[in-house]
Amino acid sequence: MEIKAIGCEPLQLKRMHVKDGHTLKVYQETGGYAPLKKALGMSQDDIINEVKASALRGRGGAGFPTGMKWSFVPRQSPKAKYIVCNADESEPGTFKDRYLLERDPHALIEGMLIAAFALGSEACYIYFRGEYKYLIDIMDRAIEEARAAGIVGKNILGSSFNCEVYTHTGAGAYICGEETALLSSLEGYRGHPRMKPPFPAIEGLYACPTVVNNVETLTSVPQIIEMGGEAWRNLGTEKSGGTKLWSVSGHVNKPGVYELPMGYRDMEKFIMEDCGGIRGGRKLKAVIPGGSSVYIMNADQVIGKGVTMDYEGLVAGGSMVGSGGFIVMDETVDVMESTKNLTEFYKHESCGWCTPCREGTDWLVKIFNRISIGEGRPEDAQLLLDICDNIEGKSFCPLGDAAAWPIQSAIKRFPEDFKKWLIAKSEDGIRGNV
Amino acid sequence: MGAAVPTDFTNQIVFTDEVAEFSPAVVEEMKSHLAKYPADRTRSALIPLLFVIQRERGWVDNPGVNFLAKFLGLEVTDVWETATFYSMFNLRKIGKHHIQICKTLSCKIMGEPDITDHVCSKLGIKPGETTPDGKFTVSLVECLGSCGTAPMMQVGFDYHEDLTNEKVDRILDSLD
Repeated sequence: MEIKAIGCEPLQLKRMHVKDGHTLKVYQETGGYAPLKKALGMSQDDIINEVKASALRGRGGAGFPTGMKWSFVPRQSPKAKYIVCNADESEPGTFKDRYLLERDPHALIEGMLIAAFALGSEACYIYFRGEYKYLIDIMDRAIEEARAAGIVGKNILGSSFNCEVYTHTGAGAYICGEETALLSSLEGYRGHPRMKPPFPAIEGLYACPTVVNNVETLTSVPQIIEMGGEAWRNLGTEKSGGTKLWSVSGHVNKPGVYELPMGYRDMEKFIMEDCGGIRGGRKLKAVIPGGSSVYIMNADQVIGKGVTMDYEGLVAGGSMVGSGGFIVMDETVDVMESTKNLTEFYKHESCGWCTPCREGTDWLVKIFNRISIGEGRPEDAQLLLDICDNIEGKSFCPLGDAAAWPIQSAIKRFPEDFKKWLIAKSEDGIRGNV
Repeated sequence: MGAAVPTDFTNQIVFTDEVAEFSPAVVEEMKSHLAKYPADRTRSALIPLLFVIQRERGWVDNPGVNFLAKFLGLEVTDVWETATFYSMFNLRKIGKHHIQICKTLSCKIMGEPDITDHVCSKLGIKPGETTPDGKFTVSLVECLGSCGTAPMMQVGFDYHEDLTNEKVDRILDSLD
């Protein structure tokens, strides 16, 4: 698997190939914790303004501007404030945070401490998905190292700033990547999402002002403080600042984690050259560019289209950045079957809190099951779309939308892959091409 | 995503007032988890503590849950409410080694079906089953965040990636 930067100097990936990059010693030798020291000499407003100027947008999937999210926190509130890192990386096709947590844990600690200082927080929690236990162990060791060096705990780096950093484990639930479900889980409850408003910035963990940010979002913060918000933004585009990690999996010759400047051109070059093209010299059939929850694209939307890889470019190209998880599929893949696979995922991961998502995903899977055993009916494609219509925009949280979008785009963009399963019953009484 | 919870898990739960007992070292470990949260918010430690129960007792059983309810000052139903939501908590006995094979899209198209067939035929069981000697349980699970190194499986907490049949043989043969 490849881990490298293309079209820019490695920034997010700076320590990926540095020996012992996960240790405090090497982290500091390579410039680590200098940004924290710099931030401790800045005003809270100045730090937030630098993050705003950077045009950093949330790397977990929603792409919300980070500086704006921070500015919603009522810093004058007498309540405690919390910084929570979302390390619940569960979006199918996404695995970038794993490598940041494994090989550069201090970057996350530093990013959280800068956020905590800027927002007046004295406690940070890192919520890991339960399966990432080995990463929790790595992070616990890094926190202890930092504490021993006076970087975590009381009077950080000799200042009057006090802050603790704690790890916390989830236990296997995709929904806990949704920020309010994550907070429910962190409080020891079932991972059910909460009504917004109030947004977590006002009432989050323990009903206190809380910022929830993805791992890559927080590890970008020290870079922004170090080089200045505007310089960081200029690495990318005006609206999509900086560089971003993309996880690439599926039928490419060189799957991996790639760092690209925002605005990289173009998606075809990225897949066909940077990622080594399609395995076995086969043809590209489909790409899901932002983790499983975004629109699937067909080859005609990628080849010769010059799709720019940033928030605006991917929307114009017919999909979304999401979490940056590319799933590349060649001509051997049947898109009905790949969509069925993802629908099973959403059914399993629906938390059951709201009816459209709980019942809807269940019915979607039942229909896919009958299609896949050759019992599909010509009207089933429309039936799937009708159910999606009853989920999309009508569920309590975005998991419902995430279940609907892959199906809607797959039927629209790969009609032949559904048609062949939905032919009228033939004379021998067998439907479809089993 | 951990193992899918078998729908018949209630068959294994024997409702009892028995409260599990743990060594002083384990109780100390549990107390260390409480220190991470505000004193009036100890329910936050519930999920980490359920993992301790599962490690010590092999699964999340009723005496273990009764202990946690007392330890955290919760109702027994509060503990079950949380425990039954998360797929990594085993609500019935499973094998000594839990083999979890990722079945989500990237792994699926990169050879998961062959790996599953190989693991299952080698062990003589189907997904969701445990070998008669209680050594292995096989589960098909949703995405474990190892898509670039697909196909993959997790045995206990260990990731095994870029799997081939030969690699699976080596891994399974090395487990005692």
